[in-house]
Amino acid sequence: MRVLGGILLAALLAGTSFASAETLRWARAGDSLTLDPHSQNEGPTHTVSHQIYEPLVLRDTAGKIVPALATEWAPKSDNPNIWVFKLREGVTFHDGADFTATDVVFSLKRAMSPNSDMKALLASVKEVRAVGDFTVEIETDGPNPIMPNNLTNLFIMDKEWSEANNAIEVQDFEGGEETFSSRNTNGTGAYRLVSREPDAKTVLQAFDGYWGKDEFPLDVTEIIYTPIQNAATRVAALLSGEIDFIQDVPVQDLKRVADAEGLKVIKAPQNRVIFFGVNQGDADLASDNIEGKNPFADKKVRQAMNIAINREAIRKIIMRGQSIPAGVIVPPFANGWTQDLDTVPETDLKAAKALMTEAGYGDGFSVTLNCPNDRYINDEAICQAAVGMLAQIGIKVNLDAKPKAQHFPLINTLETDFYMLGWGVATFDSEYVFNFLVHTRDDKYGAWNGTRYSNPDLDVKIASLASEIDLDKRNKTIGEIWEVIQEDVVYLPIHHQVLNWGMVEKLQTEIQPEDQPKVKYFELK
Amino acid sequence: MSDIIGPESDRSSLKRIWTSDLIWSFRNAPVAICSAIVLAILVLSALFTPLIAPYNPFDPSTLNLMNGFSKPFEKNEFTGDLFWLGADDQGRDVFSTILYGLRVSLFVGFLAVLLAMAIGIVLGLIAGYAGGITDTIIMRIADVQLTFPSILIAMFIFGIAKGITPIELRDQMAIWVLILSIGLSDWVQFARVIRGATLVESNKDYVQAARIIGRSSTAIMFRHILPNVVSPILVIATISLALAIITEATLSFLGVGAPPTQPSLGTLIRIGQGFLFSGEWWILLFPAFTLLFLALSVNLLGDWLRDALNPRLR
Amino acid sequence: MISFVVKRLLQAVLVLLLAGLVAFSMFRFVGDPVESLLGQERTQADIERLRGQLGLDDPFPVQYYRFLERAVQGDFGLSYRQGRPVAEIIAERAPATLELAAVSGLFAIFAGITLGVFTALRRDSVLSRSVMMVSLIGVSLPTFLIGILLIYVFSVELNWLPSFGRGETVDLGGWTTGFLTVSGLKALILPAITLGLYQMTLIMRLVRAEMLEVLEQDYIRFARARGLSERAINFRHALKNTLVPVITVTGLQLGSIIAFAIITETVFQWPGVGLLFINAIQFVDIPVMAAYLMLIALMFVIINLVVDLLYFAIDPRLRAEGGRANV
Repeated sequence: MRVLGGILLAALLAGTSFASAETLRWARAGDSLTLDPHSQNEGPTHTVSHQIYEPLVLRDTAGKIVPALATEWAPKSDNPNIWVFKLREGVTFHDGADFTATDVVFSLKRAMSPNSDMKALLASVKEVRAVGDFTVEIETDGPNPIMPNNLTNLFIMDKEWSEANNAIEVQDFEGGEETFSSRNTNGTGAYRLVSREPDAKTVLQAFDGYWGKDEFPLDVTEIIYTPIQNAATRVAALLSGEIDFIQDVPVQDLKRVADAEGLKVIKAPQNRVIFFGVNQGDADLASDNIEGKNPFADKKVRQAMNIAINREAIRKIIMRGQSIPAGVIVPPFANGWTQDLDTVPETDLKAAKALMTEAGYGDGFSVTLNCPNDRYINDEAICQAAVGMLAQIGIKVNLDAKPKAQHFPLINTLETDFYMLGWGVATFDSEYVFNFLVHTRDDKYGAWNGTRYSNPDLDVKIASLASEIDLDKRNKTIGEIWEVIQEDVVYLPIHHQVLNWGMVEKLQTEIQPEDQPKVKYFELK
Repeated sequence: MSDIIGPESDRSSLKRIWTSDLIWSFRNAPVAICSAIVLAILVLSALFTPLIAPYNPFDPSTLNLMNGFSKPFEKNEFTGDLFWLGADDQGRDVFSTILYGLRVSLFVGFLAVLLAMAIGIVLGLIAGYAGGITDTIIMRIADVQLTFPSILIAMFIFGIAKGITPIELRDQMAIWVLILSIGLSDWVQFARVIRGATLVESNKDYVQAARIIGRSSTAIMFRHILPNVVSPILVIATISLALAIITEATLSFLGVGAPPTQPSLGTLIRIGQGFLFSGEWWILLFPAFTLLFLALSVNLLGDWLRDALNPRLR
Repeated sequence: MISFVVKRLLQAVLVLLLAGLVAFSMFRFVGDPVESLLGQERTQADIERLRGQLGLDDPFPVQYYRFLERAVQGDFGLSYRQGRPVAEIIAERAPATLELAAVSGLFAIFAGITLGVFTALRRDSVLSRSVMMVSLIGVSLPTFLIGILLIYVFSVELNWLPSFGRGETVDLGGWTTGFLTVSGLKALILPAITLGLYQMTLIMRLVRAEMLEVLEQDYIRFARARGLSERAINFRHALKNTLVPVITVTGLQLGSIIAFAIITETVFQWPGVGLLFINAIQFVDIPVMAAYLMLIALMFVIINLVVDLLYFAIDPRLRAEGGRANV
């Protein structure tokens, strides 16, 4: 009775605002890992942070960079190594503190500290300094033409709040203490945290003092975010009306959701490409049945595999039309992508078999394919289909599918000869792909290059991109690098993923290509 | 039965159960007959799968992805192929896949129970017969075993096996790991029953007598004590078989079951549950019903067996 | 008596140590936590630095000893995934699992005993045969499928009951309960049935078998001959005598309920320790996995110990033998 009374009382006190409250019940497979904005560079974590915190610049629903806490930015005219950001005035944090340049300097330095997961994005930054209350200068090692691209997920915290609550350090696993900021927040975003149970429920409420009150729709006044891992349960929750918005509708259920009364599905290409990597550098493969030789080292074998994979069939059957077959491992959003590069290789089993015979593998060989089963859309099913397609040209593939936490280390430790990987280009620029996937693996570069591919000429070109300010020249180099990658068949591209958001009819929004919805843009009709 | 003492009587009493009582009871239990028929059909189709199944879904080179999601009894719109029970997301014939999956499930189930039984019998006999510190150690191991529920044990063994098997063998490894893990998690029941029976039996006169005339411990255990516990073992084994098949299916859901390229019934159900809402019911329901019939008939037989072997209930 | 208790306690500690070792050694094989902790942009240097920080480079016995030393003090370290003390996370999640386990346990006991008595007394009636049959169907399908089918029927098609989560919960000084709200109670129904079905069937069949056996015993026949009413015979004498094995089995099944909650919680997105454990496996969150397994082990050991001591207290014969007959 007391509980009920409390609710009634609250309703009475809240008066009209209670009646007009618009709650968005939102679900997806994964939860945010932590509320500390610098401790995990990971999609779902950023998604929740984006509602509470704000970066200097932001990608809007179309993926375009727009002002957030910074209003203007440009490289300094007399020194290309320095970017100048003019900050927004009149912004307050959720606790009422004013937002100034010292907060930006503090936050970016925090994001560059050793325990931060965001530091790679700021690797070229030499210094961050405040020039007056509302100007910040970021100085880099050399000219960095795409600096703003790196800042779209770098959230700004309040310096005083962090200091007062002993949250200056990002999560420190060694110290064994919980950081205050992993459970508490104080951002400038449109929504403030009300309560949170990790993996169960996170409740956010519209922030009354938000600077953009008149600029954005802000139709949603309350967000209840619930992760639901099991896909069938997630769809059931949407169908039964317990959830208003899910970010990951399984492709087979799109029709059911779209046909359901009061529900709709919106789709758009995602900034993520799915592909296979093969070990082409080692002298012999661990998982094959050919002694002393590496069949993948032969370009003809890679070419044969590339044209044996029927991307159209994968799109039609496994992805139910919800993918865009790819010819290159960079999404169309990124600088350097061209229609030409992305031409999908024609499936031709005859030619593929001929190539295999030419390479001396007419009788085929066997090899193990490592595949994640909880990371990409229908990842396991795609691998399974590839097993069938490669069997047609004599390659007997043993499929080893496992959770992502067990799959990805294989790439890192070079324990896999043939693997699936997906790549999103956070900076929307090809350089990001080259640095991680193409450059020879060393301390700084090639961290995700599991192919053992190493091309010194290419490495030089890739390294030169970082400080090339002449954008035309830079783009020309990017084009040259892509040509070599395509010529050498370094990777076997499959497709670009398509995002499917299922939601109630009255919700109006566009899909954000990074799968990062920002609720302040949502409209309700 | 207490009027006759000695090994011969045990064998003949066994024989008597098999020849008269059990069969008589069976003839009068329509449920048992039905279950036996269903089970026989399922086991036979599993044994002769390569002869019955129109396709071999375990051979990836025969698959055509474009056959994916073919409806039952309808020609595929792209390829014109016809599948009796439809095709799954990979274009595999559901009927053939079920037969092959049944084969995997039964293989895993039978071998797992055999393994559990072997371990249980040996450890139970030793514990009961030797007593003392040996008994304590074995029964404490059994406690540790019970501490870890079967699915956790299976996940544990699966994890270790993945870590230590060479890459090129991992594909074939899954099935054996399943057998090992389900078998290892299920022996305690057998061991407890046998230990209990051994404790009771070993104090009886005929065992004491056998001991006095110098029969070896092994001989006493296997010839004299074991025949007395055949009926409870049989009952436990039957129920364990059903449990093993279901456990395998559950492990599939947790991602540690048979691989999708060589699916068991459990893997097929795990894959099929994703298509429950989208209208491709045949991918889920046909394997699910097969599993249901299999487990149900084994359970019903186990039920009947328990009642039939427990004379007081007749 | 005291020496027996001490012996059993020592054995229990040994069992826990062994369980801990098994649990801990498992983690070396499930995957590399470093990979999950570091994002897409990690370098080789980051990996090595973090491995050092987490003490993953130390020899195995050192890591195990460190784990035990802290575990004894209730400190299971920080969750790699959430960056919070594991003990705190488990304390936060435990109410969800315990409430679910309690409800499904009660469901299993009450439905199991009622149906067991019913099927024993009306052994040959159509209804009792159908009950037996339906219960067997329930245990002949994997739990996850039953859960999904229940969701499909009761949430999607009929829209009666929620498909996920705990509904509204009320916080009673650190213990969140779903018992005090309508939505919380509704949310309990489907998961509790899914989880309790197996145990219910088990108890039902046990009660039925015991009842049938007891009803054939001489003293019941005497009671009947003495002209006692059927009702009195069935409930005062027969049922009472079946309860000892039922209680034992139920006690031992309690742990299984909590273990099998892993699957039910995954299907229903129930925010309990089972879901926590599954997430921990997927994320290779070693401290959480270790703590979970140790707690499950501890629970089983306690249950075993209590059962042992009860047997010891009840059955004087065992005092001479020094242990319970493991039947």
